Amino acid sequence: MFGYLIKRLIQMLLVLWVVSVIVFLMMSFTGDPVFMVVPIDATDAEIAQARRLLGLDQSLLVQYWKFLTSLLQGDFGRSYVFRQPAMTLILERMPATVEMVLVAMALAVVVAIPLGVYAGANPNSRLSRIIMASSLLGISLPGFWVGMVLIYLFAVHWGVFPSSGRGDTAEIFGLRVSLLTRDGWHHIALPAITLSLGTMAILLRMTRAGMMEVSRQDYMKFARAKGATRRDVLYKHGLKNALIPVVTIFGLQLGDLIAFATITETIFSWPGMGKLLIDSIYRADRPVIVVYLMLVALIFVVINFLVDIVYTLIDPRITLK
Amino acid sequence: MTTFLNSEFFHNYTRSSSAIIGSTLMALFAFAVIAGPFLVAQNPYDIASLDLMDSYKPPVWLDGGDPRFWLGTDGQGRDVWASILYGARISVFIGLVAMIASCVIGTLLGLIAGFYGGIVDSVIMRIADVQLSFPSILIALFLMSAVGTGVDKVLIALTAVGWVVYARTVRGSTLSEIEKEYVQAARVAGLPNHKIIRKHVLPNVLTPLIVIATIQVGTFVLIEASLSFLGVGVPITQPSLGLLIKNGFDVLFSGLWWTSVFPGVAIMMLVFGINLFGDFLRDELNPRLK
Amino acid sequence: MMKDAANTALLTVRNLRTYFHTFSGTVRAVDGVSFEIGQGEVMGLVGESGGGKSVVGFSILGLIDSPGKIEGGEILLEGRDLVTAGEDHLRHVRGREISMVFQDPMTSLNPLHTVGRQMDEVLRLHSDLRADARHKACVDMLESVGISRAAERLKAYPHQFSGGMRQRVVIAIAMLANPKLIIADEPTTALDVTIQSQILKLMRAQIADKGASMILITHDLAVVSEMADHITVLYCGNVVERGATRDLIETPAHPYTRGLIDSIPDTSERLDRLSQIPGSVPDIRNLPQGCNFRDRCPRAQALCAQKEPPLTPQHNGLMAACHFPLHPGERL
Repeated sequence: MFGYLIKRLIQMLLVLWVVSVIVFLMMSFTGDPVFMVVPIDATDAEIAQARRLLGLDQSLLVQYWKFLTSLLQGDFGRSYVFRQPAMTLILERMPATVEMVLVAMALAVVVAIPLGVYAGANPNSRLSRIIMASSLLGISLPGFWVGMVLIYLFAVHWGVFPSSGRGDTAEIFGLRVSLLTRDGWHHIALPAITLSLGTMAILLRMTRAGMMEVSRQDYMKFARAKGATRRDVLYKHGLKNALIPVVTIFGLQLGDLIAFATITETIFSWPGMGKLLIDSIYRADRPVIVVYLMLVALIFVVINFLVDIVYTLIDPRITLK
Repeated sequence: MTTFLNSEFFHNYTRSSSAIIGSTLMALFAFAVIAGPFLVAQNPYDIASLDLMDSYKPPVWLDGGDPRFWLGTDGQGRDVWASILYGARISVFIGLVAMIASCVIGTLLGLIAGFYGGIVDSVIMRIADVQLSFPSILIALFLMSAVGTGVDKVLIALTAVGWVVYARTVRGSTLSEIEKEYVQAARVAGLPNHKIIRKHVLPNVLTPLIVIATIQVGTFVLIEASLSFLGVGVPITQPSLGLLIKNGFDVLFSGLWWTSVFPGVAIMMLVFGINLFGDFLRDELNPRLK
Repeated sequence: MMKDAANTALLTVRNLRTYFHTFSGTVRAVDGVSFEIGQGEVMGLVGESGGGKSVVGFSILGLIDSPGKIEGGEILLEGRDLVTAGEDHLRHVRGREISMVFQDPMTSLNPLHTVGRQMDEVLRLHSDLRADARHKACVDMLESVGISRAAERLKAYPHQFSGGMRQRVVIAIAMLANPKLIIADEPTTALDVTIQSQILKLMRAQIADKGASMILITHDLAVVSEMADHITVLYCGNVVERGATRDLIETPAHPYTRGLIDSIPDTSERLDRLSQIPGSVPDIRNLPQGCNFRDRCPRAQALCAQKEPPLTPQHNGLMAACHFPLHPGERL
C-alpha cells in the first residue's frame, strides 16, 4: 500500500512536470505578452525595459527554469490585467466553478444511473428505446446551444429563471456558497442542468452497457436459480458489477465537466474560474492561463488517483500494487 | 452486390430504425453540403446580395415573416437557411478532414508503437496517456488560444487531440496480431516489416477504426462548434454552424431566437445522425455482443 | 415402460420442446424430450456438447432467456406443471424445490459479494430463520462440503478460493435449502481431474444424506455410470436411448450410445477397440428428414433417411429410437 502510494505520487509529479513543460512551450509561442503590460504609446526603451522585467529577454531554457522554480515556490505571477496574483484570482473564483460542477455531477448521477439500469435490464422495452434515443440526443447536442435555448425559454420568454450571475451566496468555512440560499439555487439551476446533460448521457450509456454485459454473466443466472427475484438479481448482483466501468470513467467525466464549465460559465456569466480562463484567453493574460492549466492538471491528477482508490473499494479482486 | 443484400449486416440494417434514420440524416447532410449553394438564391458571404431592409425577419410562419426567408434573417439581412447550408459545409469539412488526419497519424503511430515496441512504444503511449487524462475540449481550447483562429488551426488542434484513440486501438490490435502464427511465420520467412504490416497487420486492425472514425466526425463537429462559439475557432469570414450560434447569441436577449436556434438544430441533426449510425456499426462490427 | 413411475415420479418431463429463434434459423435445441425421475434417484442426461442437455436443465427452472422459448410440453414437479406456472411460483421452486449447480465455478459466483452473503441469500429467500440461525446453517453447510474454518471463510470473496473450493461453495449453496432435486450441469468439467472425483463423491454423499434426486448433465459416460441410477441419452435435442445405468452401459441398443461407450478409454477390456464416433453433430438449424444420427451411423440403411425412428422398447427394458437396434453382445 505504502509502496503503491509512493509510486503513484511519483507518477503524478511526472505528469504535472510534463504539463508544465507543454504549458510553458505553448505560452512562449503565443503572442508577445509585453504589449499587455506597457502603455500603448510606450517607447522602444520602455518596451525593452518591460521585457527585461518580465524576463522575456533570456533564453527559453532559462525562462523555463525561472518559470518552474517560481511555480515550486508558490509564485504564480501576477495577472497583466488585474495586477493581482494570478493564483488569488483563480482561487477566488474556484468555489463557484466547483459548486456548479458538483451540482451538475450529482444531477447527472441521479438521473443517469436508474435510467441506465432500467434500459440495460429491459433492452427491448419501448421506454428503454426512448431513453436510449434521448441519451444519444444528449451527446449529440452542443452544450452551449442547450444553455442558450434554456436562457431563451426560461429567462427571456417566460422569465422564471435568471439568465446570468450567481445570485445570493452564504458564507460557510470562509467559502461563498450559493447552495445555501434560495436565490442561489434559483441561479444555479439552468447552468447546472446545461452542464450536466452531456455527462448524464454518457453515464447513462455506460450504466446500460454495464448492465447488459453483466446480464450475460453466469452468476446472474445462478442467482436466479437460487430463487432471487429479477429485481434483486439486477440490483443486488448486477448493479455493483455494472458500475465498475462507470467508476473508471467517473474521473474523466468530472474532468469533462470542469472543462465544459468554461463554456457554460461564459454563457451564463457565472463568475467562476472557467469564465476567467476564457476572458484571460481573449486578453492574452498569460499568468492566469498558466495557473488555471496547472491547477486543473493538479485536480485531474488527484481525481484519477481517488478514482483508483474507489475502484479498489468496490472490487475486492483489485489490490493496490 | 447480391451477397451484400443477402448479408446479415444488410438484413439488420433494414430492421434497425436507428440505422436507417442515422444514415438518412447523414445522406441529407452530404447532399446539403455538396449541393447547398445551388439550393439557395442568396450567397451569405456576398455582401452585395444582402439588403439591410431584410434584417431580423422572423421565420415565415410568424408575424412579419418573409416567404423568401423561411427560417428568417439575421442583422445584416442574411438568410438563416442559406447561412446554415454554407455553415454546414465548413463544419462538415472540418470534421471530415480532421478525422482523416487523426486516423492516418494515429494509425501510423499505433502501428509503429505496436510493431516495434521498446522505447518508441513507451514514448508514444505515455504521451497518449497524459493526453487522455485531460478532456479534449480543454486541450483544443488551450491550443487554439496559443495559435489563434483559423480553419487550418482548428484542424491542427482537432488532429492533435484526435490521433490518440486510433493509436491506442491500433497498437492493441497490432500487439495481438503479431502474436498470431501467420505473422510469426511471415517474419521467419524474412518478409520485410513494411510488407508484413501492410499485408497482414493493417487489414486486421482496421475494423474497429470504422466505428471510431464515424463517431469522431460528430465529436469534432461539436468541439469545433464549441471553439467557434467561444471565439477561438473559425474566423468570422468563414462562419461554421458554431459561429452562427455565437452570432445569434448576441441578439438572443432581444427575443431574436431564430438566428441561433436553427443552426443549433442543424448541428444536432448532423451529430445525432452520425451517432445513430455509429451505434449501429458498433453493434454490428463487435462480434462479442452477438 | 419404466417402473410404475406415475406414482413415485418427482419430476416428469413430457415432450418438452425448447427452441431458439435466431437470424439464421430456428434452433430446435430440445425437440420432444421426455423422462421421469423418482424420489432419491439420480438420472444421467448424456450427450455430446451442443446436444441440448443444458437447455433441458434451464427449461426445468424456467430460466430460458430470449431468443429461446419453451414451445411446448409439460414439466411436472410433483404433479404441478412448471411450464405454465407463473414467475412467482417458479421463484418459490428455484433454490428451494429444485436447485442447480453450474458448469464453471469460476463464473457462477458473484465476484463482488462474500461467499457468506451469497449463501445467506438462499436462506433469506427460502426460510424464516433469523440472522444468527442462518449464519449457523451456512457454517454447518460449508463444513459439510469439506471446507474447514468455515466461519472465517464465509467472509472471504470467491476469488480467494480455488476452482474446486468454489464448486464446493456452489454445491453448498445448492443444498442449503434442502431441495428435492439438484440439476448439476457438467459439475466437474471445468475442474482438474484429481478434484473431479472428490466433487462427485461429495455430491453423491450430499444427495444420499438429504434423500434428494439429481439430474446429472454430462458428456462423460464414465462419470454418469458411477453416479446414476438410470440414463437418458440425448442427440440433437431428441432422446435416442434411455434405461437403467447397468443395462444401458453393458448392452446399449442405440448405435450412438454404443459409440459414446466405445470412446471412453478404460471402460471395457477392449482397449484396442477404443474409438471415436465419426463425424460431428450436424447443424441443428436444418436437420434432415429421418434419423439425425444416420450420417454418422455404420448401420444406417435407406429406411433411416426416410423415417425418424420412434422410441421403442428394446431388450432389458431399454428404450431406444433406432430402426436397426443393436442386440446384446452385438458390436458396431
